[in-house]
Amino acid sequence: MSRRRRRAQVSLQRWRSAVLLISFAVAAAALEARLVYLQVVDQAFLVEQGDDRHLRTVQISAHRGSIVDRNGEPLAVSAPVDTIWANPQELRGAIDRIGQLAGVLELEEDWVLRRVTSNLDKNFVYLRRHLRPDHAARVLQLGLPGVATLREYRRYYPSGEVTGHLLGFTNIDDQGQEGLELAYDYWLRGESGQKRVLRDRLGRIIEDVELIAAAKPGRELRTSIDLRVQYLAYRELKRAIADSSALSGSVVVLDVHTGEVLAMVNQPSYNPNDRSQLDVANYRNRAVTDIFEPGSSFKPFVVAAALETGRYDASSTIDTSPGYLRVGNRVITQDYNDLGRIDLATILARSSNVGVGKLALDLEQRQLFGVLSGLGIGRLTESGFPGESAGVLNDPEYWRPVGQATLAYGYGLSVTALQLARAYATIAADGVQRPVSLVAADAAPPGRQVISATTARAVKNMLETVVSPAGTGLRAAIPNYRVAGKTGTAKKSVVGGYSEDRYFAIFAGLAPVSDPRLVTVVVIDEPRGEDYYGGEVAAPVFSAIVSGAMRLLAVPPDALQTTYVARSGGGR
Amino acid sequence: MSLGSIELGKHPAAVLRPLQFRSVVIDLPLLVILLAISAYGFIVLYSALEENSALLLRQGIRLAIAFGAFLVIAQIPPRVLRRWTPWVFCLGMVLLALVEIRGDIGKGAQRWLDLGVVRFQPSEIMKLAVPMMVAWFMHERTLPPRFSQLFVLLAIVFTPALMVARQPDLGTALLIVAAGGITILLAGVSFRLIVAAGVLAVGSAPLLWNYMHDYQRARVMTFLNPETDPLGAGYNIIQSKIALGSGGLFGKGWLNGTQAHLEFLPERSTDFVFAVMGEEFGLLGLLLLLGLYLALIGRGLFIALQAQETYTRLLAGALSLTFFFYVFVNAGMVSGLLPIVGVPLPFISAGGTSMVTLMAGFGMLVAIQGNKKLLAP
Repeated sequence: MSRRRRRAQVSLQRWRSAVLLISFAVAAAALEARLVYLQVVDQAFLVEQGDDRHLRTVQISAHRGSIVDRNGEPLAVSAPVDTIWANPQELRGAIDRIGQLAGVLELEEDWVLRRVTSNLDKNFVYLRRHLRPDHAARVLQLGLPGVATLREYRRYYPSGEVTGHLLGFTNIDDQGQEGLELAYDYWLRGESGQKRVLRDRLGRIIEDVELIAAAKPGRELRTSIDLRVQYLAYRELKRAIADSSALSGSVVVLDVHTGEVLAMVNQPSYNPNDRSQLDVANYRNRAVTDIFEPGSSFKPFVVAAALETGRYDASSTIDTSPGYLRVGNRVITQDYNDLGRIDLATILARSSNVGVGKLALDLEQRQLFGVLSGLGIGRLTESGFPGESAGVLNDPEYWRPVGQATLAYGYGLSVTALQLARAYATIAADGVQRPVSLVAADAAPPGRQVISATTARAVKNMLETVVSPAGTGLRAAIPNYRVAGKTGTAKKSVVGGYSEDRYFAIFAGLAPVSDPRLVTVVVIDEPRGEDYYGGEVAAPVFSAIVSGAMRLLAVPPDALQTTYVARSGGGR
Repeated sequence: MSLGSIELGKHPAAVLRPLQFRSVVIDLPLLVILLAISAYGFIVLYSALEENSALLLRQGIRLAIAFGAFLVIAQIPPRVLRRWTPWVFCLGMVLLALVEIRGDIGKGAQRWLDLGVVRFQPSEIMKLAVPMMVAWFMHERTLPPRFSQLFVLLAIVFTPALMVARQPDLGTALLIVAAGGITILLAGVSFRLIVAAGVLAVGSAPLLWNYMHDYQRARVMTFLNPETDPLGAGYNIIQSKIALGSGGLFGKGWLNGTQAHLEFLPERSTDFVFAVMGEEFGLLGLLLLLGLYLALIGRGLFIALQAQETYTRLLAGALSLTFFFYVFVNAGMVSGLLPIVGVPLPFISAGGTSMVTLMAGFGMLVAIQGNKKLLAP
């Protein structure tokens, strides 16, 4: 080998090594450039991509406000429950374990499988809602990808069917659907919050990163209801409905001083805790939504209108002979007996249709309408209850003489139990009408004088004679208290006229007469026993409820034999 | 001072000193760098293994075994190594053939040989045996190899590589080809031939495509466009890019990598540990690691330059540059620069076999460096 060739070869060797080293250096540079690109240039994008994978914004369900009675007893409370949901796109990877999942969820495997496979384009489906938290925890323990829980709240109604109609209920999404839950949804509803969480590949939440908006719990609603009175009213009504085999019934108890509803019950009822038993027909809070012709329980208002004219007073008399009332040449009504010439109190006590009919015909239509309307007939109450009916009271423009007479004894118009109670409460409060309220009032709201105090007192005293041996409502009497009220037995209107054997039995009354505290209305639809008169079916219910309520509310008796002792001990 | 006493005093020293010197052959810079990388790897693995100390302990045992292999091989004089080379190569070929006949199947590929005591992959031996064999073949011959000799060299490289590729273990086959190829390049091949080989490689790509397994084709397709199947084949690379990128310049901090800890990043303790590192320690952490690697390679090349015979020179150069290739393939794969090939990150990825091989390779470097003076004329 020549020196020259060797030198050439050595330089070739060096050159080749250099090329090799340079190519490796280029590779190293490329790698580093790549890293710089990923970690510096493209960093923001990749961070975002990473966050997309493990950061999730989830809703925090807000606690719905509870509903309590006037004394703070819970009527509706929210309990935490867990809902199981799935991301079908992620759960798809564990499709062979669906059977296991369905087993723990206590669902049909086919159903779960179909739920997942038919929603592969979505990333959220409910699997089972409102599970007890310990049950939900067992589901999570399976460790399936894309299966997670959602904290929700479920409503419980401790007093069940007793307050069912009044409170209504919420749907599965915790939104008020009926009753007070609906009416005060804006108040009870919480505002759900949002938080950012860290989740792993299986969708499990590892930790909370940041609270975006705290969940604002709903506010507590303190109702005007006195749960004790409510229970009492419910029990008595239920018993009466059962005893008389009636279709349905309602009771409303109002506090005369404040206009608050202390109790409002209906039969038949339902248990809002057990949704599977819900029968749509039983949803209605009949005391507010259902109207009926008040029959004789309406008469006091006509008497009040007569007194308001100034042309009548407590001593005025009406000749009810010959015991029937003729308008034109038609006999439109008759009494059981010819009562002769009787005063207004007797008209009410004996419930004379002829007497009150004549009285009505003697009144000016506008004036009569004004008084009735002032008492709230044909006008919505202030309860704000969803689906409340305003009743029906036609404008005098449409009245014919016959209608004006029948109106007097409660036909040709209709009211709700709550309306009737409000009108009686106005009489009980010396003519002052206070707004009816289902929410507890801290102080008596200002009222409006709709009839004069003199008139109201006169009617009230006349109504006391109804609950006496001389009247139709003796069975409404309560020991130790003076009670005033009016019975009503209204034929039900049916197609083509009035039924001869189906009635509404009604009693509306107040107690104690000396300083009325409660107004209670009892309506029983179609009592089917031998007794069907308001004084026989509804009055005893009134008596039972009000006597109990008097004791519960510690209302001082005003008709004790030992009146003197009671007063000296009272000290008020 | 008597002559006898001098002799007495000198005699043991003259005998013992070389013996003492030779009793432990070690290259301090190499050892320090290796320890530094291993320590760094341990820290990263602690995070990647979800702070599981049992798994970490197992990795520690593997590391100890690997260091053991490193120290033992460092004591073997290169001359002995050279003499053994053909036998090592033949043993490797026999074992590869055995795998072919009755190997264990793991993860769908037939790679493992169960020797009763240990299970190991014979292909690992070939990562060292092939460059050794090439260097051995060229040792007695003049450089550069003649054209006819090139065929022998190519046979030495490609026979085992093809056998490994058939297992199929494309990653290891690639590394064997790389190791052998680099040795041949160092031995010297004309520029024209390199170009021709390159053209041939590109030309045979479609043919190769036909012989590829479906999963291998999928990997190539995924490399070209990972977004086509983000939840399937492209998942790994997308997640690793995200992990790297979200680490940024300084990283999220040790144990704070969300992609890794929330299980979004697959194979995070093995092939994709580089991404965990990038997420938690950022660009700076990765550059530190690459710096350590480059120092290791630099030391290796320095040893190669100082080596005085063809065998040691070629072997040292090839081992160093092959090591670079390992790092580049793994880091390139994790960062999306190269298609996904199952190559672990040297000294960091959990797993024992490749670490033992690598350490054995560095043991050879130490032996070459430690014995050069004794071999000097």
